[in-house]
Amino acid sequence: MSSVILSVQELSVSFDGFVAVDGLNFAVERNELRCVIGPNGAGKTTLLDMICGKTKPSHGTIKFKDLELTAMVEYEITRAGVGRKFQTPAVYEDLTVLENLEISYPEQRGIFGSLFFRRTPDYRLRIDEVADQVYLRELLDTKAGLLSHGQKQWLEIGMLLMQDPELMLLDEPVAGMSARERELTADLLKKIAPGRCVVLIEHDMAFVRSIAHKVTVLHQGKLLAEGTMENIQSDERVIDVYLGS
Amino acid sequence: MTMLRAVNKPGLVAAISLALLLLVVFPTVLGSYWLNLISKYLVFAIVGVGIVLAWGYGGILSLGQGLFFGIGGYLMAMYLKLQASAPDLPDFMIWSSTEVLPWWWRPYHSLSVTLISIAIIPAALAFVFSYAVFRKRVGGVYFAIVTLALALTLTVMLVGQQGYTGGANGITDFKTLAGMSIISNKAKVVLYFVQIVILFVVMGIGTAIIKSRLGKILIAIRDREDRVRFSGYDTALFKAFIFTVSAFFSALGGALYSLQVGLITPTLVGVVASIEMIIYVAVGGRLSIVGAVFGALLVGWSKSVISESFPTVWLLFLGGLFIVITMFLPSGLAGLLIRLRFRRVTNAAPERTQ
Repeated sequence: MSSVILSVQELSVSFDGFVAVDGLNFAVERNELRCVIGPNGAGKTTLLDMICGKTKPSHGTIKFKDLELTAMVEYEITRAGVGRKFQTPAVYEDLTVLENLEISYPEQRGIFGSLFFRRTPDYRLRIDEVADQVYLRELLDTKAGLLSHGQKQWLEIGMLLMQDPELMLLDEPVAGMSARERELTADLLKKIAPGRCVVLIEHDMAFVRSIAHKVTVLHQGKLLAEGTMENIQSDERVIDVYLGS
Repeated sequence: MTMLRAVNKPGLVAAISLALLLLVVFPTVLGSYWLNLISKYLVFAIVGVGIVLAWGYGGILSLGQGLFFGIGGYLMAMYLKLQASAPDLPDFMIWSSTEVLPWWWRPYHSLSVTLISIAIIPAALAFVFSYAVFRKRVGGVYFAIVTLALALTLTVMLVGQQGYTGGANGITDFKTLAGMSIISNKAKVVLYFVQIVILFVVMGIGTAIIKSRLGKILIAIRDREDRVRFSGYDTALFKAFIFTVSAFFSALGGALYSLQVGLITPTLVGVVASIEMIIYVAVGGRLSIVGAVFGALLVGWSKSVISESFPTVWLLFLGGLFIVITMFLPSGLAGLLIRLRFRRVTNAAPERTQ
């Protein structure tokens, strides 16, 4: 059990009486690339929101290594090594790609640290390395607002990579991407998964098939099934509520 | 890169023209009457630099900058008044039959205590208040309303406590600073140049903040605060910091106002004064430090001209100006200049702007 990085137990949350996540148990191990699928309203995004601190659960625990995340606020969770990518790409449109990555550099995050921050060669190296990984090396001086939708998705993944998180939470990273961009993203995710663990929400089954180690299916806030892609695709219940015939 | 240069250069050109205007043109061309008025506008320019940082870059609209301006102004006025009336009580206290100097007035016999208070009290207040509010994730319009209410509260308190604050008339009739006259014409000219130095120091600090990593983080917070939290920043702390800097600049402006104009009244603390400060910056351009300074000079000058001949029209003019700027020039005159210049650059050398 020592390789479990994230362990969610009896997790529940409700909004105005609507139960979005209901008694969920769920664990992810190091080096794992886990896909979470399920119909709309199954609680996938809410689950990620609770892990990264955006939403406070009404019940249950979220253990990340030895830390209890439910007791921490967003920036503490981020500093502990959890990175989150949002469904609609959240990048700083008024800043350049370089500045977007620079802000995500996980040092000097206090007031005076950031006021007297100097760009060191090491740090510039890291930015170039990440920019290469997310296919944006040529666009470092471009304002993020001018990037295509797919490039913004990559930039946000790059911002997470700058933080070098042990746990990456990705919400629909290939939404709005062309087929070619999807391939590149799949390559990227396979490359970055080793050494950390990645939890990913996705609707595109072909994409899930191409990358996932293990798949978790949620339905109405509950765990419906969990296993390899083959197991999931032949599971009657999953076919009923999600995959269809 | 072309765009970057086009944006950066006008800022430098504008700063140099500003320095020439203030240091050479105004002192040689204008008489002492107008120079004194310019001095007064410069005070608001210092406040404006703070508003550019908090509002333009941090996205924090404060409609209560008058609060900090007022605290700075009143602290300075307390010292100046004690100097002017020593060894007696300040005149307004005698009129309200206050018999002993209140304990909290006493430290302001000392100039160093006064200066330290001006530097610390408003800033500390701003930090504690804004950090508490931002931690609760209160922002935007709600924050603006809270600051507005605070400015209003201080005005009411100042007017009500006549025996301690001079009431609606404020505190006036100063004579000396550390024994030197501040009302002679020569002193006014010296003050004018001292203010220019302070203004440029303040502009320098502001520019350094904007250019630092902290400046980028502020822009990021302004545009997507939720995302910045997930990059591992305590955003409330950053917002409180920049709000504190702007409060400090406001207090500095207020202190210089008392010194230079020779009085401080509750109207300078209040809602109208606070909103005027915002308009100076809106006109000049809330993303441009130099722009805000020109805005303060320009609006200050029109205020003097218009309210001299048509005193009732001034507020209508100000309101109209604000509406026009918000609708047609959201980044103020600075934004207009950059747009014009950028168009010229692209027209002149289309092949370079790929």
